[in-house]
Amino acid sequence: MKIKTVLAAGLTTVVMAGAASADQVKIGIAAEPYPPFASLDASGTWVGWEIEVIDAVCAAAKLDCVITPVAWDGIIPSLTGQQIDAIMASMSITEERLKTIDFSDAYYNTPAVIVADKSMDIAPTPASLAGKIIGVQASTIHQAYANAYFGDAAEIRVYQTQDEANQDLFAGRIDATQADSIAMADFVGSDAGACCEIKGPVANDVSILGKGVGAGIRKGDDALRESLNAGIAAILADGTHAAITARYFTTSIYSE
Amino acid sequence: MELILETLGLAKSAELLSLSPPGWGGNLLRGLVNSLQIAFGAFGFGLIIGLFGASGKLYGGVVLRDLLAIYTTVIRAVPELVLILILYYVGTDLINQVSQALGYGRVEISGVVAGIWVLGIVQGAYATEVLRGAIQAVPTGQIEAARAYGMPPMLLMRRVTIPAMMSYATPGLANLWLIATKDTALLAIVGFSELTLETRQAASSTRAYFTFFLAAGALYLIVTLFSGVIFARIEKWARRGQPSLKGTGR
Amino acid sequence: MKTLRALMQPHRIVLIVLFAALVIWCAVSLRWDWIPDYAPLAIEGLWRTIWILVVTCVLGFLLAVPLGLAQAIGPWYLSMPARMFCTVIRGTPLLLQIWLLYYGLGSLFPQIPWIRSSELWPYLRQAWPYAVLALTLSYAGYEGEVMRGAFASVNKGQLEAANAFGMPRFTAFRRIWLPQAIRSVLPTLGGETILQLKATPLVATITVVEIYSVSSRVRSDTFIVYEPLLLLAVFYMLIAGGINLLFRRFEKQVPGV
Repeated sequence: MKIKTVLAAGLTTVVMAGAASADQVKIGIAAEPYPPFASLDASGTWVGWEIEVIDAVCAAAKLDCVITPVAWDGIIPSLTGQQIDAIMASMSITEERLKTIDFSDAYYNTPAVIVADKSMDIAPTPASLAGKIIGVQASTIHQAYANAYFGDAAEIRVYQTQDEANQDLFAGRIDATQADSIAMADFVGSDAGACCEIKGPVANDVSILGKGVGAGIRKGDDALRESLNAGIAAILADGTHAAITARYFTTSIYSE
Repeated sequence: MELILETLGLAKSAELLSLSPPGWGGNLLRGLVNSLQIAFGAFGFGLIIGLFGASGKLYGGVVLRDLLAIYTTVIRAVPELVLILILYYVGTDLINQVSQALGYGRVEISGVVAGIWVLGIVQGAYATEVLRGAIQAVPTGQIEAARAYGMPPMLLMRRVTIPAMMSYATPGLANLWLIATKDTALLAIVGFSELTLETRQAASSTRAYFTFFLAAGALYLIVTLFSGVIFARIEKWARRGQPSLKGTGR
Repeated sequence: MKTLRALMQPHRIVLIVLFAALVIWCAVSLRWDWIPDYAPLAIEGLWRTIWILVVTCVLGFLLAVPLGLAQAIGPWYLSMPARMFCTVIRGTPLLLQIWLLYYGLGSLFPQIPWIRSSELWPYLRQAWPYAVLALTLSYAGYEGEVMRGAFASVNKGQLEAANAFGMPRFTAFRRIWLPQAIRSVLPTLGGETILQLKATPLVATITVVEIYSVSSRVRSDTFIVYEPLLLLAVFYMLIAGGINLLFRRFEKQVPGV
């Protein structure tokens, strides 16, 4: 017993350095910028649609949330490894992911689109993309979809962040990228994305592309799921969700 | 000053790098501080592991020696990136499970502590080898004499072994410190906001990849060169009163 | 025979048994059902890793010889750039160098319109040339420093003797100086090559498909975290062991080390 106590005390002093209080809910977001949903401004604060939604959901659900950036590629291991308590990083609710983690209700949805250079005659179909180089972000529904539908005939290049794929599309190293339509609309509207345009949505496959974006939580963490669901329902009902959306987008990005 | 920047076409870069928003210089410096903090911690943690590891390898029992041999071999053969991923996920998972099993609930581990723990274990393997070599270079007579006088092991280490081996260990340790500062960049991959990740975030937010990567490179280089000067001083100090040792060390 | 006897000590047998138990436990209780699906990809990745390692080490070494020579005996306008190159390469993280080369250069492409119609474009589009370039420069930077010491340590009397016999300077370099310098760096080459092996997974961050990126792919497809990483670590240990054996055999064949 004594050894146990000493060990635990030692352990606690080692790991408690710089630790936060345990009542807080750590909301994991991707450490890589994903405008317009979450990006870092020059003063080091996170801004964007999803950040505001996180704040609103937490306020409505009376949760003490801390935004914790984690590498996107390791965000699910971080959740299961208890470094964070929930993922709110534009993560789609898919069957594959549901085998490992649980999700709250969806808080937005967005179709997957193919973006390519304006001068290129590309349609979002496997036949049209044959022989092309398609960039996707690692560990996303787009990677899974591109591998499943375009992987046989096209070269799939996997990037750590969507930003890097966009950068290479701009540089001409890839012919096309598959990503969320909303993020892409933002990209092609910016100076850096002036080269390119959205060629259209890919054929839907709910088993891969999922049923909208929800908050990922550990399996069995039902209390947190209930309060997040309540928070999401509350901001959808009282118009907060619509008000935040209006500040970033011209159309609604939520549908039942 | 501004005129010079203007003529060189660097005005935009200077603006992007300025310390207060909208410049990103502040972010880079904050990243640098984080990097250095982790590098210091990992280097220190690695030294402690190395000190015990080296003593274990030299004076420990057969089992301890074999276990330490496995530790140093494995760590030195597997890429740091892979080790960081394994230790980062497994380590924090393990600590949480232990503390939960003991009934203490979940322990929050800050990024800095996780980074120090991960890099420290990697550093420890190299430090073990560096310090073992240095201890072996100390004339055995000095250590035996202290033992003959009945000096307790900890005191012997503090008063005899460590001071005597310092001069042999400094070049290797200087090298390790440089590795520690550069390895912090790998934590960018697990999403810890040190200098390299801050640079990447700034670069992709502004599309000024060249400016920010070069600026970060310059910051790392300054740290390296500055450390070189400091370690040269330390080495000179550690060698005071010794004949010139030209040719030893790396 | 000797190594076998060394293994047969009682405590080592216990350790081996414990280790075997650990391996069996891993094999039984962890998930390995993904292996058949990803085996072809893994072999391809392994091949790519080894290929990159060999190419960059050879090219890097070829570059390290002039770098070392310039620093050891070159005039200031050669030795200063060489020294600066080595300092910069050794003083900054490789990850940053790789990103600077790939994304930094990439960000300049759109400003140079003719580049897309040039002969080089098919290569510039790929990721591997940048990976090879970055790793080659890195190896050259570290080994160049070692070569400097090696060139400086060759006995000057021998060179003077060659000179006295009227041997042309280049012949003396090729016959006397270079072989001795290379012989003296041989023991460090194995270690440097293993360090280079450990640097290869960094190129996965610029979309090169090698063994590390295959493990990331498994992780992102199946959400199995530890098993691919553990297997990956074993792969790297095997390659490192192979490099060790290779260089040990190589050293034995070179007389008078």
